[in-house]
Amino acid sequence: MNEMIYLYDGSFQGFLCCVFDSYVYKEVPTAICCDEDSVPALFDTRGIVTDRNHAERVYRKLVKCSPYAASLLRKCFLTCLPQRELRMYHLIVKLLEQGSGFLRDPSDETLYPVLRAVRHLEGEVHLLKGFVRFSQLGDVLGGEIRPKNRVLPLLRHHFCARYVGDRFFLYDRTHREVLLYASGQACIRPLDDFQMAQPDAAEARYRLLWKRFYDTIAIRERYNPRCRQTQMPKRYWSTMTEFQGATYFTPQSSCAAVPDPGAPAGIPAPETLSGSGPFAPESIL
Amino acid sequence: MDVLEKLTILTDAAKYDAACTSSGGNRTAKKGMIGNTSSSVAGCCHSFSADGRCVTLLKVLMTNRCIYDCKYCVNRRSNDTPRAAFTPEELADLTIGFYRRNYIEGLFLSSGVFRSPDDTTGLMIRTLRLLREKYRFNGYIHAKAIPGTAPELVEQLGLLADRLSVNIELPSETGLRTLAPDKTKEAILAPMRQIRTRNLQSKEELVKYRHAPRFAPAGQSTQLIVGATPDSDFHILRLTQALYRQYRLKRVFYSAYVPVVEHALLPAKTVKPPLLREHRLYQADWLLRFYGFRAEELLDEQHPDFDIRLDPKCSWAVAHPEFFPVEVNTADYEALLRVPGIGMTSARRILAARRTGSLRPEQLPRLGVVMKRAQYFLTASGKLPEGLRFTQDSLLRRLITVENSVPDFQQLSLFDAMA
Ligand code: SF4
Repeated sequence: MNEMIYLYDGSFQGFLCCVFDSYVYKEVPTAICCDEDSVPALFDTRGIVTDRNHAERVYRKLVKCSPYAASLLRKCFLTCLPQRELRMYHLIVKLLEQGSGFLRDPSDETLYPVLRAVRHLEGEVHLLKGFVRFSQLGDVLGGEIRPKNRVLPLLRHHFCARYVGDRFFLYDRTHREVLLYASGQACIRPLDDFQMAQPDAAEARYRLLWKRFYDTIAIRERYNPRCRQTQMPKRYWSTMTEFQGATYFTPQSSCAAVPDPGAPAGIPAPETLSGSGPFAPESIL
Repeated sequence: MDVLEKLTILTDAAKYDAACTSSGGNRTAKKGMIGNTSSSVAGCCHSFSADGRCVTLLKVLMTNRCIYDCKYCVNRRSNDTPRAAFTPEELADLTIGFYRRNYIEGLFLSSGVFRSPDDTTGLMIRTLRLLREKYRFNGYIHAKAIPGTAPELVEQLGLLADRLSVNIELPSETGLRTLAPDKTKEAILAPMRQIRTRNLQSKEELVKYRHAPRFAPAGQSTQLIVGATPDSDFHILRLTQALYRQYRLKRVFYSAYVPVVEHALLPAKTVKPPLLREHRLYQADWLLRFYGFRAEELLDEQHPDFDIRLDPKCSWAVAHPEFFPVEVNTADYEALLRVPGIGMTSARRILAARRTGSLRPEQLPRLGVVMKRAQYFLTASGKLPEGLRFTQDSLLRRLITVENSVPDFQQLSLFDAMA
């Protein structure tokens, strides 16, 4: 059989059109990519055009076969699973050919990798609900994260409910997109670059209070950095207030000395180097 | 004194309290109010402190001034330590400032006994009023009910807080008499009874009238100190069981005693806090609440303490060979839960997966079964996992090795701490 690589626009609808076209051309793609540069020159490629009608037909069919699978696939599309499109493709083919029975077995070989990636995504979402830090910037709350998976669509509901009467943004530096919320409306937009504003005096003060609380609450006789790191992996630390260096606690346009952020009686949290990239998604396997 | 300094003193004084979960809230966001308690359902950790404990709530004391002299406590009257007190305004402002920045899920407010239990509770009530009424704070609040407080004040506190707790601290009356001479068992149990009764009443009223006031909707909890007194694990676990059954407690927390003072009746200051023992009690507590175990199955008068080398579920399994092996294709949920290495999630997955066909041993890891432990206790389609041979003697040794080598994170790090 011919090696055929599908190229699509990177959207979920575009992916569904890959499925549609593979049935039209009666072929099984060897890879599904959205970045032309990553395709080895020796292979045949087929550019897939995103057609909303085709996408909707595939999606309706999926929902009819199994609403569970449809929602699983939408989530899997947000994960950093290597070759996620191809694995999702095989799951869909199996679903269309064998029916939904195999979905009840989480250890099924086609389902398992997808399920595992989605669990990883959901785990990251759960952790970030707690680990996201917002700053009060004027009358807007702003935060930044560097997740492995595209978590913003799944964090949206949570933070919109928490800040129902507020305005906020949350920037995902890994995937260069931002969640915006104002007057009851939320949206997610691509945003190539973004720099967080310097804190004003009140903001810097709350940051300092929080770091002091954090450093003091630990019990020295129970010091257990390994346990902390297992529950809160280091890759999250770079965007968390408690692990920032002194400048983070210094207000804008102020050369006044600030109190040492560390606590006299506590265990000072280690600083992480901010902006020490690259933060490209890594494999979870 | 400035707020930063107060925060330092009053956090330091509050840190020995173990409870820091925000479970059991379900208030959704409302217009004009700040926050909700919905994420609390799954227990949202906002950070982990350097000792590996989850930070969910702003855990501080209203004041660490105290007229009592409990021997085990850093805040006791006779201890020479810096004292401070928040004003209700300062504390409410701090809570809101932290909540908005997503540092915390809410407030956990406890206090030393300042002037009298009623005066102290009065200050706490003023703080919570400010939060709920002025700031329209809709997030989670856990407040301490201080033994000896007038029932009317406990009532007000319960209408403002999501959860109340009364700390028993010392698991026996002898312990109380010698180490906390200002407290009596009756003074501790009275508010616990009141909270239980009012919580049940308010639930019944809510069924009838949607707007009936909620009294401590997330129930009550307590804390027991482990290792300050000679009480056995069996004693502590039976007390726990009674608290869950009779007082309908939501949680019992255990706190390994950290020697903060030299006292003839207490362990010396050089004694390390019994962290592993505390961990075993948490594991056993979990078995009581979710796995259908009774305290008397896990321990008895002949074996009053847990085997430090092995988790309580493994210990039970080793002592009950007649129960095993469990066949994963036919066993019911309760029996699956008794297999070491099978948890609630993997048990549910097994039930779902086996409807599509007979399970084979090699499928089990993908369902979340920890085979290193489970392999000795189960069969799949009548087969033991391949190549497995063991005797009753070698079983115990091997399980201890597993526990020491790649156990879950907490045990691992705890062993390190002990070594
Ligand atoms: S009443 Fe509470 S704060 Fe006061 S000494 Fe006893 S345990 Fe400590």
